[in-house]
Amino acid sequence: MELLIFYPLAGLCVLFALGVVVSNSPINSAISLIGMMLGLAGIFVLLQAHFIAILQIIIYAGAIMVLFMFVIMLLNLKGKGEDEKWQSRDKNILLNVLGGLLATGVLYKIIDIINAGDFNSPAMPPESFGTVREVGTILFTEFVLPFEVASILLLVAMIGAVVLAKSKVD
Amino acid sequence: MDFGMVPLTHYLFLSATLFVIGVTGVLVQRNVIVVFMSIEIMLNAVNISLVAFDRYMNLHDGQVFSFMVMCVAAAEVSVGLAIIISLFRNKPTTNLDEFNIMKS
Repeated sequence: MELLIFYPLAGLCVLFALGVVVSNSPINSAISLIGMMLGLAGIFVLLQAHFIAILQIIIYAGAIMVLFMFVIMLLNLKGKGEDEKWQSRDKNILLNVLGGLLATGVLYKIIDIINAGDFNSPAMPPESFGTVREVGTILFTEFVLPFEVASILLLVAMIGAVVLAKSKVD
Repeated sequence: MDFGMVPLTHYLFLSATLFVIGVTGVLVQRNVIVVFMSIEIMLNAVNISLVAFDRYMNLHDGQVFSFMVMCVAAAEVSVGLAIIISLFRNKPTTNLDEFNIMKS
């Protein structure tokens, strides 16, 4: 039953992600990215991580994508012209070597994953797994220091963004 | 109750696929904003495996980690887009190949 929900969601995510990379105008990419975020929220619900699913929708599909859309509209970006449609970056040996390394590494890891099947029959989680109460409890007891550091990080990022966008580079 | 459960490997496959798509976008795309979106795809791909391992080991730590990943992503996007705006002010283009001032 879960598989029937998982496969369409996963296919949707992969298709939208490909849409981000392949499409020709940044607006289309952004809309595809929103679709991918929503599909991933569905997958998180399937994993019984309800809190993370809600956060995914609010933060990614809400805040971050609005920021992207705002910048695209602000810069008034058009799509690529017909002449440079779906053309890759200038010839670069470093890019090719990195891409080849990545492909072989991921292939090796996938074979590793196939051979190891230890987690394929999980225990049934308790009823309260993944609720806001459970995640919040562990966030404010065990991980309270990283939580505070994250708030400082967000503050610094906010100040940095204001300074960077305001000042003129000489 | 065991039938129909999605095996962990499926989630890891999905995660790896999305990560590779993101890296391909970073390596291949020329538009700086789409490169940024590809980085977001990679961060999300990592989130999937964190939450999936979490579910299959019956812990909550992975969800806290993915929460932190979201915080870092938000900070990164705000600073990165500010950098893009100030770059655009100096040189009105978003093509990555034209930003080569530091190339000797």
